[in-house]
Amino acid sequence: MVEFVLERGNYWAIIGLMMIGLYIAFAATNLIKRLVGLGLFQTSIILFYTSLSRISGGTAPILYGKDYKSSYEDKDSHGETAANGAEYAGEAATDAAYGYTNAGLENVYSNPLPHVLMLTAIVVGVATLAVGLAIIVRIREAYGTVESDEIREMDLQVALAEAQDEADELSLASGATRG
Amino acid sequence: MNGDHHVILRVVAKALIPIIALFGFYVHFHGEYSPGGGFQAGVILAVSIILYSLIFGIAPTMRAVTPGFARAVAAFGFLLYTGVGVVALIRGGNFLDYDALIRDEPGGHLGQHVGIIVIELGVLFAVAGSMVTIFYAFAGRVSEIRDEDW
Amino acid sequence: MSGYEGSDLFIALLNITLLSILFVIAIAIARLRSLFAIVMLSGIYSLVSATWFVALDAVDVAFTEASVGAGISTALFLGAMLLTSRTAKAEEGITKIVPLLVVIATGAMLVYASIDLPAFGDPNSPANTHVGVEYLERTKPEIAIPNVVTAVLASYRGFDTLGEVGVVFAAGLAVVLLLGFGERSLGATVRQKDREIDTNANPGGEDER
Repeated sequence: MVEFVLERGNYWAIIGLMMIGLYIAFAATNLIKRLVGLGLFQTSIILFYTSLSRISGGTAPILYGKDYKSSYEDKDSHGETAANGAEYAGEAATDAAYGYTNAGLENVYSNPLPHVLMLTAIVVGVATLAVGLAIIVRIREAYGTVESDEIREMDLQVALAEAQDEADELSLASGATRG
Repeated sequence: MNGDHHVILRVVAKALIPIIALFGFYVHFHGEYSPGGGFQAGVILAVSIILYSLIFGIAPTMRAVTPGFARAVAAFGFLLYTGVGVVALIRGGNFLDYDALIRDEPGGHLGQHVGIIVIELGVLFAVAGSMVTIFYAFAGRVSEIRDEDW
Repeated sequence: MSGYEGSDLFIALLNITLLSILFVIAIAIARLRSLFAIVMLSGIYSLVSATWFVALDAVDVAFTEASVGAGISTALFLGAMLLTSRTAKAEEGITKIVPLLVVIATGAMLVYASIDLPAFGDPNSPANTHVGVEYLERTKPEIAIPNVVTAVLASYRGFDTLGEVGVVFAAGLAVVLLLGFGERSLGATVRQKDREIDTNANPGGEDER
């Protein structure tokens, strides 16, 4: 039981952080604070993916030692990709037989794929953040405030005034036809 | 921006900014061997320009790196990336197939090395140009908050 | 793997410390009202999570998070803050309770779902056995560069990254279309017009600005 909790404690902590970010994005009326909350949420998701990619006893996915050097040593014996493919198949079979993941390599590395996906997610995140901030700046110039409830209030006033105007015009027109 | 109260900041920044820019290029060209790559290098280059504008003001920065130049660099980076793919197409490979870039003896990986460096260079230009453009768009507006209000 | 028993304890301690720092920062952001403090704390949050990425062996992600999350986005937030406001309104009453209930419900569901997840650091989890290992084994004979993350990013998934660069470029264009090319802003021209109206209204009066 304790082991079960320890193995998943990281996920629960990350879910907690995620929920704090979600709370900020929901509860804050200030639009900039909302974007900070969304940023917190995004960082927590990146934390979650990277923690899934970790392998205990592993290291960063940068080949070192024999894993990388041998590619230079037997450069002459390269050239038959078909043979390489067969080699992979054989290695995969031994992997499956021994239930060991990094059998083809000397060292244990963490999974590089989530790293790549999250790396690009961070950069796209800052790009979308910039667009969001630009929209907030324009909202500030149009409404004079960045508090969402005040903006909603102003929109409501404008809509009510427009409805009132329309009603007045209608009653005027109907009065004119009647008169 | 007339006081002498930022003199230490200015002196330190003058020494630091070239090193930051140089570090950006180091990160780019060592992206194959160590953590880093085009995204990080582009951001670091943009940061060196943003740091300059934070300390010496936005007007001198815009004279040194004009907004039009930043935009052109961003577009050039994207075109460079796409161009590598098109060159690979022309040379008989698939889109972005770096092995087709340079006809090497079997087992050689020169095409891969060149392709990765060039497309990462495209990423660097696009990211640095876009980030500087975004920063200019925000900083070019007249602020509502004055310096004393902080 | 032998010889990692001591480091496991060390990594567990590191995890607990860094996660509690992240919690303190997140709760402080939720409670604070000064936007300057909020933006600075979000930069620190990015920096601490970058430290945790190093502990999780994700050095490339850590590098990106430190330079992008703590560097550029903090500068952008400050630039936008300068154009908008400095303090947030305190949320009160119904705007506090309802989001809290929603968030607790969502969190409970996520925790319930996380029970099925593979254990932290499990080498035999489905995510870590198939395509990730394939990339690790093939990078040396096919690409011949040591950094597998760069190989996957630039070569195996080059088309993906092309789209990514397109998104960044499009975001730059969108910001420029929204805010102008960094020349005179709308606010400045509006204020200029106001001043002209003021001087026309009372021609003798000296304008101090």
